[in-house]
Amino acid sequence: MMSFTLWDILRNLLLAARWTVVLSLVSFIGGGLLGMALLYLRIGKARAGQMVVQGYVELFQGTPLLMQLFLAFFGLGLFGIDVPAWLAAGLALILWTAAFLVEIWRGCVESVARGQWEASASLGMGYVQQMRYVILPQAVRVAVPPTVGFSVQVVKGTALTSIIGFVELSKAGTVVTNATFEPFTVYGLVALIYFALCWPLSKSSQILERKLNVAHRNH
Amino acid sequence: MTYRFDYSWIAEYWPVILKGLLTTVELTLIGTLFGVALGIACAWTRSLGPRWMRPPVVAYVELIRNTPFLIQLFFIFFGLPSLGVQMTEFQAAVLAMVINLGAYSGEIIRAGIEATPRGQFEAGASLAMTRFETFRHVVLIPALQRIWPALSSQIVIVMLGSAVVSQIAAEDITFAANFIQSRTFRAFESYFLTTGLYLLLALALRQALRGVGRMLFPRRAAR
Repeated sequence: MMSFTLWDILRNLLLAARWTVVLSLVSFIGGGLLGMALLYLRIGKARAGQMVVQGYVELFQGTPLLMQLFLAFFGLGLFGIDVPAWLAAGLALILWTAAFLVEIWRGCVESVARGQWEASASLGMGYVQQMRYVILPQAVRVAVPPTVGFSVQVVKGTALTSIIGFVELSKAGTVVTNATFEPFTVYGLVALIYFALCWPLSKSSQILERKLNVAHRNH
Repeated sequence: MTYRFDYSWIAEYWPVILKGLLTTVELTLIGTLFGVALGIACAWTRSLGPRWMRPPVVAYVELIRNTPFLIQLFFIFFGLPSLGVQMTEFQAAVLAMVINLGAYSGEIIRAGIEATPRGQFEAGASLAMTRFETFRHVVLIPALQRIWPALSSQIVIVMLGSAVVSQIAAEDITFAANFIQSRTFRAFESYFLTTGLYLLLALALRQALRGVGRMLFPRRAAR
């Protein structure tokens, strides 16, 4: 029987935490790009586009992320593809992230006063120019704090990929527990590592919110 | 490639699904009731309570909000027994949901309480209300009304998040789906069906919470 020191446990967990970080980055960047594409449709003039995106958001926000992971894992398999866990995990998390980001960003675009649209139209700007020079610069300012705040949800969301067999921090926690029989210590450490990843993001979201709001008031 | 959906197993397995559905509803109900109560207690402490009680509440809220629900669940179910705290899967699932919702709803409710003008407290005092009566009638109810939509969404999020309690073998909908797929090998069908059930449940829960809101705040429902 091997014995594990606290350092052995921590080292193994930290090594696995790399994959939590990688998966979070992939999901956040991929979800962000998809979210932007969906936002274009959502705030565009085409009614059909708006409805499709709205349905997409309802679907992904109204069902558990775990189910989405299962469906990606087993659903892709139906097409005869041998699905590695990382592919299903990445795909599901990107789709899920996009659904939340598009709603957050839509709120930010809509928070820009109507008068700004009318003013820029009266300057003879087209839709693209209005967006590029008037609306988006103001919306981005509002969007930064909640977007950073949402990244915490993405990091926490990656924990569920352990259930379809992707080896990241949570999975490592389970594996190490099975080897050491010390669930209290191991899951405690796992929680602390997640906290170390998420708390700086939460904090910076709060600070940004305060900063950007103060800056806004001085205008 | 065409895939043929096969739902012939439903005839045999619908009781399993129904039982899972009931468990999820039960978990959500108990979790919401106690979770929101805990949230109110936290919100009271952070905005009006004694100063020395605030740091522990802040630590609790930050810790829960910055760690995954799955890990909280595992810590409670697998970790606590080494301290001599034993519980069933269902109890552990409920406890995890209460602790999780308590932290989130506490923050939401606090925002509502802090938006109450100071004059309201003085108005309550001038009507000879005790501090508690003022809190209950003058501060809490309008605060809850103000943040009801946000609180409702959080409750729906917690209900959907409860899917992971299947991982400690609490027999919710996801557990039923896993059970069926392990027996019938129709993985996609069983997850597809249960995902649909979650979607319906989320819509129903949102409607129900809207109804509760109308019941709790009858005269102010104009908003």
